[in-house]
Amino acid sequence: MSDGPRVALFVTCLVDLFRPSVGFAAVKLMQDAGCTVEVPEAQTCCGQPAYNSGDRKDTIAIARQVIAAFEGFDYVVAPSGSCAGMISKHYPELLANDPDWAERATVLGGRTHELISFLTDVLEIKAVDAAFAGTVTYHDSCSGLRELGIHAQPRALLDGVEGLHLRELEDANVCCGFGGTFCVKYPDISNNMVANKMEKILATGAETLLAGDMGCLMNMAGKLQRDGANVRVRHVAEVLAGMGDEPAIGEPQKSEG
Amino acid sequence: MSTSSTVHSTSRNFKNNARDQLANEDLQAALNKARGHFVDGRTTARDNLPEFDALRGQARDIKDHTLEHLDFYLEAYEEKVRESGGHVHWARTAADAQRIVLDICRSVGAKQVNKGKSMIGEEIEINKALEADGIRPIETDLGEYIIQLRGELPSHIIAPAVHLTKAQVETSFRENHTELDPDRVLEEPISLLDEARTILRKKYFEAEVGITGANLLIAETGSSIIVTNEGNGDLSQLIPKVHIVLASLEKIVPTLEDAATILRVLARSATGQEFSSYTTLSTGPKRAEDPDGPEQYHVVLLDNGRTDMIGTEFEEMLRCIRCGACMNHCPVYQSVGGHAYGWVYPGPMGSVLSPGLIGVDEAGHLPNASTFCGRCEEVCPMHIPLPKMMRHWREREFESHLSPGSARVGLGVWAFFARRPRLYQLATGLQMRMLARMGRKRGRLSSLPLAGGWTKYRELPAPQGRTFQSRWRSGERVR
Repeated sequence: MSDGPRVALFVTCLVDLFRPSVGFAAVKLMQDAGCTVEVPEAQTCCGQPAYNSGDRKDTIAIARQVIAAFEGFDYVVAPSGSCAGMISKHYPELLANDPDWAERATVLGGRTHELISFLTDVLEIKAVDAAFAGTVTYHDSCSGLRELGIHAQPRALLDGVEGLHLRELEDANVCCGFGGTFCVKYPDISNNMVANKMEKILATGAETLLAGDMGCLMNMAGKLQRDGANVRVRHVAEVLAGMGDEPAIGEPQKSEG
Repeated sequence: MSTSSTVHSTSRNFKNNARDQLANEDLQAALNKARGHFVDGRTTARDNLPEFDALRGQARDIKDHTLEHLDFYLEAYEEKVRESGGHVHWARTAADAQRIVLDICRSVGAKQVNKGKSMIGEEIEINKALEADGIRPIETDLGEYIIQLRGELPSHIIAPAVHLTKAQVETSFRENHTELDPDRVLEEPISLLDEARTILRKKYFEAEVGITGANLLIAETGSSIIVTNEGNGDLSQLIPKVHIVLASLEKIVPTLEDAATILRVLARSATGQEFSSYTTLSTGPKRAEDPDGPEQYHVVLLDNGRTDMIGTEFEEMLRCIRCGACMNHCPVYQSVGGHAYGWVYPGPMGSVLSPGLIGVDEAGHLPNASTFCGRCEEVCPMHIPLPKMMRHWREREFESHLSPGSARVGLGVWAFFARRPRLYQLATGLQMRMLARMGRKRGRLSSLPLAGGWTKYRELPAPQGRTFQSRWRSGERVR
C-alpha cells in the first residue's frame, strides 16, 4: 500500500452484479496510479432508478446512505459517468434545502469522479501500461459526456495502449437508447435507437466496442448479439487495466462461475 | 394546471402511436433525410459565430428578466399597441381565444381567412372553429398548406410537414390540383414550391382576414415580429383588411434590442440560417401615409395555463422561443416523429410544456419517454433544463399516484432492498449466481420472466458469477 490518496470505489450496481471484472479493473488502475482503494460495505445503488421514476423520497434516503458510507475518503470513484454524475451533480441539488445534509452532499459531490477522468484529470496519468491487439470503437455515454464533460480522457488513455487502433464512431455522442428504466418502459423506441447505434458500430468495422457505462454496454452488447453481429463489447477500464482477455460482455465464462 | 375542454389529444396512446410511427416507412425515410440537415446546419451556424454561447446567455437573461416582470411588460405592450391604433385581446383559455377571433371575423363578414404559420393557432384549434362557422381557413406556409390538403396536423413546430416524403407531397398535389396539366413534371422540390405558389397567389386577394402568429412581441414599441422563409406571412398579414396576431403571452420582450439578441440565436438554432429570409415587424394598422397594410390590427394574447407555470419548477419553460432545436437533436423524436406525441407540441419542449397545458394525467407519457440523454438541453438556445423539468413531471406523477401500479410495486421492492445494503447483497448475490448458472453455456439469456421489455429485442448478458462485493469481501484481489 502507498501514501497516495485513499479512494473509495463506488462499484455501481450493474458492475457489482453483472461484471465484477470492471470493478477489479478499476481497482488495478487506481492502485497502479498509487492510490489506496477501499470498498465501503454499505453500497447498493446510487438511486437513479428511483430518481428518474419521480420517487424523490427513496432517492433522498439512498443519497443519505451513500453520503454516510463514502464521506471520509479523499475521493469517491465510480466506473460510470452516469452514477458519478448522480453523486456529484444531483445529490447536492436533491439535498440543497436540507440543513443537515446540504453541506455533506456538496463536499462528497466535489470529491466524486468518474474513473477514467479521475485517472487523467485528478491523478494526471498520461498513459497506462497495457496492450490490446485490435481495432476498437468508442461510444460516449450521455451522462459522462454531457454532465461531466468526458470525451478526450478515454481517447487519450486508449491512444497509449499497445496494439490498439481506435476508429471513431459516427454519432458517438448520440444516445444508445438505454436510459435506465426507459429501455423497458418504451422497448420499441429504445430498440430503434440501439438499432441505429448498431448500424454505426458495424460501419466502423471495429472488432470491439468500448464505452464507460455498464448500462449502455449491456444494451449495445445485447442488441449486437441478438442480431448476430460479430462485435465484442467491453468496458474501457478492462482494456486500460490490461484485462482485455476476459470473456467479453455476454460471452461464456472460461471456467465455471 | 388547467385542462382546456377543447383539447383533442392522443398523448395517452403515446406507446401505440410510437409503434405505428416506427413501422411507417415513409415517416422513417423523411426523418432520416431531415435529421442531418438540421443538426449539421445548427452546428455550422454555431461554429461560425464565436459569440454564440455568450448570446445564449444574454437571451436567457432577457427572458428571465421579462418573466419576473411579466405583468409590467404586458401592460406596457398593450398601451403601445393601443397608441398605434391596434387592439389587444386577453384570452385566458383556448375557447376564449377562439371566440375573440370568430367575433372579429364575423364583424367584417369574413368568408376566407389566410393564415401564416402559427402554433398558437394549432393550440386553440382555430381552423376547426373557423370552419364550423362557415369561414374558409387557407394555410399559406408551404408545409402547412400541404398538411391542410392532407387533413393532417403539424408534426414539427417549424417544419410542419417534415414527416412527409417528396413523393407523398407530389401525390397530394396531383390529387388536389386537378385543374393543372396531369402530365406536368413535379420531380424537384422547387417545382412543388412553384405549384403551391401559383395556387396560393390568387387566394391572397380573396381573404377578408389574415391571421399570423408572432415570434416575439416588443413592449417598447407595441410591435409583433414574424420570421419566415417564404414571405407568405407578409402577404397574409398585409393584403386583407384585418390582421389578427395570435400569440401566447410569454412571447413578450422589453425592447427592440432584446428582440435582436434573441433573433440572432433563433434562426441559427432552428434551421442553421444566420437569419430567416424575412423578419417582419408589424406595429398597428395602416397609417394615413402608408401605401398598404390592414385597416385593423388585433393581437390575441393567450394564457391557456402558462401563468400557472410561473413560480413553479416549470417556469423556465416559458423562455422557449420555439426554434425546434430540441426535437431536431432528440433521438426519441427522431425515432417516432411529432405525431406520436399526440398533441400540438412534440419533442422535448412538448414533453415539458404539454403536461403544463393539458395536464400530466393526459400527457404523462411524454416526460417519461426520455432517456435523459441531455442533448436537448445542450442545444437549447435559451438554456432550458428540459431533462430536469421532465423529471419534475415524473415526480408530480409519482406523488399523485398516476404512474402505473406495476412500475410502482417494482420500484418499491427495489427501493426496499436498495435501502438495506446487507439484505440487498444477500438477495442480489443469490439472484446473480442463479442468472449466471442459467446463462453459463452461452454467456447470455434470450428470455427471462419479468424482463420481456429487455429481451424482446436484446439478449441479456449473464452475470459473470458472484458479485463484485462478495468476491472482494472474501479477499479476492487483482492478480
